[in-house]
Amino acid sequence: MDHLPADLTRALYRHMRTARDLDTEAIALQRQGVFPAYVSVRGQEAAQVASASALDNTRDFVFPTYREMASALAYGVEMVGYMSSHRALWHGGLYDVMASRFGAVNAVVGGPVPHAVGWAVGERLRGDDGVALAYFGDGASSEGDVHESMNFAGVFRAPVVFFCQNNQWALSVPNDRQVAGGSVAARAQGYGLPGVLVDGNDAGAVYEATAEAVARARRGDGPTVIEALTYRVEPHSTSDDPTRYRDEAETARWRERDPVTLLRRALLAAGHAAEEDLAEDDARARRQAARIRDGVASAPEPDGSDLFTHVFRETTEELSRQRRTWQEEVEL
Amino acid sequence: MTELIERDEATAEPPTVELSMQQAINRALRVLLAEDPATLVFGEDVGALGGVFRVTDGLQKEFGDQRVFDTPLAESAIMGMAVGLAMNGWRPVPELQFDGFAYPAVDQIVNQVARMNYRTRGAAPMPITLRLPSFGGIQAPEHHGESLEALFAHTPGLKVAAPSDAAEAYSLLLQSVRSDDPVVYMEPKARYWDRKPVVLREPTDPIGTSRIVRHGRHATLIAWGAMVHRCLKVAELAAEDGVELEVLDLRWLKPIDTAGLAASVSRTKRAVVVHEAPLTAGLGAEVAALVTENCFRDLSAPVQRVTGFDVPYPAGPLEPQYLPTIDRVLFAVQRTLEY
Repeated sequence: MDHLPADLTRALYRHMRTARDLDTEAIALQRQGVFPAYVSVRGQEAAQVASASALDNTRDFVFPTYREMASALAYGVEMVGYMSSHRALWHGGLYDVMASRFGAVNAVVGGPVPHAVGWAVGERLRGDDGVALAYFGDGASSEGDVHESMNFAGVFRAPVVFFCQNNQWALSVPNDRQVAGGSVAARAQGYGLPGVLVDGNDAGAVYEATAEAVARARRGDGPTVIEALTYRVEPHSTSDDPTRYRDEAETARWRERDPVTLLRRALLAAGHAAEEDLAEDDARARRQAARIRDGVASAPEPDGSDLFTHVFRETTEELSRQRRTWQEEVEL
Repeated sequence: MTELIERDEATAEPPTVELSMQQAINRALRVLLAEDPATLVFGEDVGALGGVFRVTDGLQKEFGDQRVFDTPLAESAIMGMAVGLAMNGWRPVPELQFDGFAYPAVDQIVNQVARMNYRTRGAAPMPITLRLPSFGGIQAPEHHGESLEALFAHTPGLKVAAPSDAAEAYSLLLQSVRSDDPVVYMEPKARYWDRKPVVLREPTDPIGTSRIVRHGRHATLIAWGAMVHRCLKVAELAAEDGVELEVLDLRWLKPIDTAGLAASVSRTKRAVVVHEAPLTAGLGAEVAALVTENCFRDLSAPVQRVTGFDVPYPAGPLEPQYLPTIDRVLFAVQRTLEY
């Protein structure tokens, strides 16, 4: 941590700590029946927070899938709106995607990756210097869209960062049954891109790798593939039972490498913070996570008419007719 | 003064020019690229080659390789790229080279293009027009002649257009690309080379309107794309026997012009819908249902359907037997008149 600015590392810590607490709150909300389901980010906070923090949220754009809560938090997304998707209030979330510059929550895991390429090509065509970052996992790296996207980005030299969080489990399928060729980063070579393998639990290493890829893209030198090696310590989702497919001793070993604990130790060792500073950060994180929890738990459900509102910019007569019928029937 | 000039321009009759449909679409793309610097044309072979049907001929030369460009061969990424470009303020007009090659891109079209405005509650509109050379009739290899309209019309969030001649192709494309909603624009390959004197007009009817291409009083033939032309031939032949058929070009397959359909069929009391796609769960079923719901008391006969068969698209020699023939349409007309 010595080589990174103290205020940066403190910010990483605060976001990771908040994400951890919010994750805990979210699991509790699922147990209370407020969330129908939830996908935990625990163990991946460094990979997400540090990569998102290497971007500029006034000119870059993030294309997430569905497990990027800590990235959203670090990137400045309005979190009650973001967490609304886990409460199933609106599939893509209730935050403003364009104002946040953070794409809608998307469960087709390879699907948003070519969007990042298109966005990045559009940025270059206009002569602007924004960078698109696409998050995807080891499972998504098997999807055709990811390969097509890397090839497109290589051909167009688009300013994209392909950020793979390899958490080693694509639901119940381990890496050796998911990723041929040794690693996702190794694939980059085939598309003429630099591929970087980084310790995804080391916030400083993730930040540096991403910042370098972003700088490279910004100065017009093209895309980069980053593979952050991390681990999904919780089940795939609150509906999953990992004891059926993995050895919990492995999970326990990864819990020992907890990214929040690692960063905390590093901050103290580097003299970037004292115990009491971090205790203050911890207290702040708890309060912020509680505020977001209360916000999402008490958020109103969308109005039924929202079913029809956003299907088209210019609605059709048929859809208006169906809306009228719906209205008449609910009023009965 | 301004008012006078505007009125003059509005009333000035556009000149008649001799053009094929493929050239008319090319003209429309020129207009669109010239009027909005955010419009981008891209896909496989659309640049130097000008597209396999030459629809984009000369566009790259005129507008440069930043506005009109070739992509690698990957349909899903072409459509996914369109989504990202739209999110960055562009107006993408991607081409997928042949209808059968749209299948690899269906995830992007259905899960992403069609839903992004909804998913983001209107924050990320998708002003994308997918140009899709469509339908059969050119005895092409497998996957080069398909009828995907029911798939796309069934997808919430998409609008679907299918022009039937050069003039229609011109104005429907202007309308589609200028719309802020995603449109699947299905170009009937079989009509690409049909050359005739046409008047290229700015669109005047709203999206979702049909048109009567021939007036008649005994039955309405409802069709789109190349089948409109075939139905006109049927109407000519039937007229020799004193049967006056109305021919309705649906033009928009989503939204469908229910009022226009109902008005015509209520007058003629009989309807035959003709399409190239297989029968089962095809768009003909939707049209028949709409006619029945809206004209039940006026109908003198059940709606007839003349369609492709429920078989994979056949090879060239069998294609003429697969597509609705003039005789098959005439038989259906006879059946409906016998009720």
